[in-house]
Amino acid sequence: MRGLLKFITCGSVDDGKSTLIGHILYASKLLYTDQEQALLLDSKVGSRGGEIDYSLLLDGLMAEREQGITIDVAYRYFTTEHRSFIVADTPGHEEYTRNMAVGASFADLAVILIDATQGVLVQTRRHARICSLMGIRHFVFAINKMDLVDYDVTRFHEIEAQIRDLKESLHLKYVQLIPVSATVGDNITEKSPYTLWYEGPTLLQFLETVDVEEHMEETGFYMPVQRVCRPDLTFRGFQGQIEAGEIRIGDSIRVLPSGEEAHVSSLYIGDKAVESAEKGRPVTICLDREMDVSRGCVLVKNCDLKVASGCRATILWMDDEPFYQGKSFFVKLGTKLIPGVITQVHHTVDVNTGDPVHKETLSKNEIAECSISFVSSIVFDEFAVHKTMGELILIDRVTNMTSACGVVTAVTDEQERHILINREMRARMNIQKAVIVELPVDDLTLSLKEVREVERILAMHGRHTYLYQPKHKDPVAEIVRHLHHAGIVVLVANRYEMDLSEIAQVVPEGAYIKDLLATVSPEPEAIAEEILRITENRDTHFH
Amino acid sequence: MHHLSHLDKLEAEAIYIIREVAAECERPVMLYSIGKDSSVMLHLALKAFYPEKPPFPFLHIDTTWKFHEMIEFRDHVADSYGITMLTYTNMDGVARGINPFDHGAAYTDIMKTQALKQALDKYEFTAAFGGGRRDEEKSRAKERIFSFRNSAHAWDPKNQRPEMWKLFNTRIHKGESIRVFPLSNWTEADIWQYIRRENIEIVPLYFAKERPVVERDGNIIMVDDDRMKLLVGEKVEMRKVRFRTLGCYPLTGGVYSDADTLDAIVEETLSALESERTSRVIDHEETGSMERRKKEGYF
Repeated sequence: MRGLLKFITCGSVDDGKSTLIGHILYASKLLYTDQEQALLLDSKVGSRGGEIDYSLLLDGLMAEREQGITIDVAYRYFTTEHRSFIVADTPGHEEYTRNMAVGASFADLAVILIDATQGVLVQTRRHARICSLMGIRHFVFAINKMDLVDYDVTRFHEIEAQIRDLKESLHLKYVQLIPVSATVGDNITEKSPYTLWYEGPTLLQFLETVDVEEHMEETGFYMPVQRVCRPDLTFRGFQGQIEAGEIRIGDSIRVLPSGEEAHVSSLYIGDKAVESAEKGRPVTICLDREMDVSRGCVLVKNCDLKVASGCRATILWMDDEPFYQGKSFFVKLGTKLIPGVITQVHHTVDVNTGDPVHKETLSKNEIAECSISFVSSIVFDEFAVHKTMGELILIDRVTNMTSACGVVTAVTDEQERHILINREMRARMNIQKAVIVELPVDDLTLSLKEVREVERILAMHGRHTYLYQPKHKDPVAEIVRHLHHAGIVVLVANRYEMDLSEIAQVVPEGAYIKDLLATVSPEPEAIAEEILRITENRDTHFH
Repeated sequence: MHHLSHLDKLEAEAIYIIREVAAECERPVMLYSIGKDSSVMLHLALKAFYPEKPPFPFLHIDTTWKFHEMIEFRDHVADSYGITMLTYTNMDGVARGINPFDHGAAYTDIMKTQALKQALDKYEFTAAFGGGRRDEEKSRAKERIFSFRNSAHAWDPKNQRPEMWKLFNTRIHKGESIRVFPLSNWTEADIWQYIRRENIEIVPLYFAKERPVVERDGNIIMVDDDRMKLLVGEKVEMRKVRFRTLGCYPLTGGVYSDADTLDAIVEETLSALESERTSRVIDHEETGSMERRKKEGYF
C-alpha cells in the first residue's frame, strides 16, 4: 500500500470540482450512510431540483450553500484498498484565490479541472501558476464535461496543445491528462466506454499509483529548532522536525547561524531513544557540549544553508488591504519570527501570460517579485534548493493578518542592508517624499503664524513635518541634513534674511526648494497645496 | 530511505503543531474532554516534550452530566501522568438546575459553550488545543488548524486567516484567542489505529460490556445515575453496548456491540456504516447547526 497522498482540486468556477470529488467518494462507496442521507435530504432543497448534487458533500458553510459556490478550502479524507487520501477542495472564484493557495501549500499533487467546452481559461493558468509557486510538482489536468463535446478526440487534442504551452511556460514537472465527465462518471473510477481513444488510467487509478516522493530528496540534513527542552539541569535537547536527510548518534553537526560544531550524543523520536532518525520525524537532539542554541536556529549536517539579512522572493499578496511602502511585517520563515520590510516591489506578474508588469503596489491575489529585508541575519535558502527554508509568510504588525506568503528565489547579500534604512526608505515609511522648503518670514510676504498654518495643513494630510527656525549661530546645513535624512518634510522659516544656500551642498539636487513663492502666491492654503503635490509619493496607496 | 507511514506522518504533524503553540503562544491550555481524541492528544503532548512534561495545563469542562466512568478516568489520568488538570463547571447553570432532559439546546449552550468561555476568560488562556477533526462535520472540514477567535470567542468562517505550509501565524491582540486542532487531519479510523499501535489508555466505556440502557428516539441511552427519569413505556435493560463518542450520558447514544478488545473495536470501526456523530444527539437538528454553534463560541 502506498503512503498518504495529499492532493488539491482546482479549476475555474463551475468546472465541477466538488462534483468530481463527490463522485469519487460516492462511487467508491466511501460515504458513511448517514452522510448519504444528509446529502439526499439537502439535494431535495438544493439547486439541482431533486437529483443528487454531489457538491453538497463538500460545500459545508451555510454561506456556500446559499450562494451555491465554494468559498473556503474543504478537506476530505478517504481510503481505498491501495492508498489513503486527503483532498483539499478549493474555491474557483478569483476573489477566494488566497483560500485556493492555502490548499495548494498543503498538497503534493494538483488535479486541475478544465471544462472541455471552454478549454484553458485565465483561471486555469492562475491556479496552475499558484500551485507551481507553492511547490507542487505533479499535475493532473482532468478534461471535464467530455459528454458535452461528444467525447471528441480532436477537442481533447486541442486542449492538450494548450496545456503543453502551459507546462512549458510554468515549467511544470509532471503532467497527466485525463478525459472525464464528473456528472456521468467517465474515467473517474471506471474506464469510460465512450473514450476508447484514451489509453491511460482512470483518475482514481492514477491517484492510487503516482509516486510523489520520488526525486524529492534534498541534499544533507537540516532541522529548524522549534524549542529547547530543559526539564532539569542534566538534560538539554533541541526539538524539531527533520526536514531533510538523516541523523545518527555520533554525527558531527553544525548549528546555524553561529557555525559552532558538536556531536549528537543522544537522540529521541517522540519519547523513544533511537540510534537514528530520518526526514519527517519529530525528534529531540542532545549534543555533546554546551552550545548557544535557541528557537529559530537550524541544526545541519552536510547542508549548505545561507545566513543573510535579505532575499528576493515571489510572493502572493493575500490581504484585503493593499500593500503600500512602509508597512512593517513579522516574517515567519522556518521556526524564526523576525521583523522585516518589503524594500522593493520589482514587478507584479500577469497571471495569464506570466509577463512582468511594472508597478510597486500590490492588491489582493496579485503575485509579485520583491526584495525583503530582515532586521538581522537569519538562516534560510532558496525554495528550489531547500524547500522548507525557502517558504515564508508576512504578518502585518498592526492587524496580525497573514498578509502574504512567498518563496525565496535568491539570497541577497549584506549590501541590501544599506539600502534598507536611508532617507528614501524613511520617507517611504512616512508615505511621502522628503524635501526642504525655505519660506521667507517678513512683514511683506509671510508671518510665522501663516507658516504654522502651512504646517498644520500638511499634518492634516498625513505629512510628517518639522518647522525649523534657524538662528544666526546655528550650523544650519548640518541640522537640515539630519532632518532631511530623517525622511520628513522640513519647513525652514527664514526670519532674518539669512543666506541659507549652503543647504544645497548637503542634500540631493531637487530636495531643497528655495523659492517656492516664485510660482505660488504667498497664502498658506496655496503653499500647502503645492508642497502636498511635491511630496506625494505616487508609489503609494492612501487610505 | 523508506517513507514514513500514514500514522507516522499524522503523528509528526500533530507534534509539530503542539510544539509550535508551546513555543509561540503566551498561555496555552489543552482542552481535555476525556474521550478517545483527548487521550490521543495527551499522548502526543507527552511525546512532544519528552522528557519534559507538557508545559501547559489541561482543562476539563465538567457539565456534571458526564458518565461516572469518565470522571474516574479523568482523575486517574491527572494522578498518573504528572500533568496539571484544571476542571471548570458553570456554577450559575448548576444553581439554575439546567439539565439535558428539560433544557435541550440551552443546556449545551449554558453548560458547555458558556462554561468554556468562562473558563478561558478566567485563566486568560490565549490558545486552546481541541481534539476536533475535519472528518467529523462539514463546517469543521473547512476550519483551519489554527482557528482564530475574537474577544467574544466567535469564529468568522468567511474570513479565516490563510494557513500556508507549516508556517502558523499565532499572533493575536489582547483579548483574542486561538483554537488549535492538532488532530485536524486524522480520521476516526486513524485515531483507533493509533490507539492500538501506541497502546493508549482510554475510558472503558469504549469497550462493549453489559450496561443498563433504554432506547429513546432511536438512541441507546445508558442509565448512569438516578437523575435519568424514565418515560412511560421505557424499560431499563442490560445490554452489551459500547460508545463510539463520549459526552454527557443523556446525550450520548451507544451501539450494540460485542467489541471488547482494541482489535475488535478497530475492526468494527473500519467496517462501520454510520459515521460517529450520529450517536451525538445534539447534532441531528439540521444542516449548519454546528457552524452556528461555533460562530457563537462552541469549541
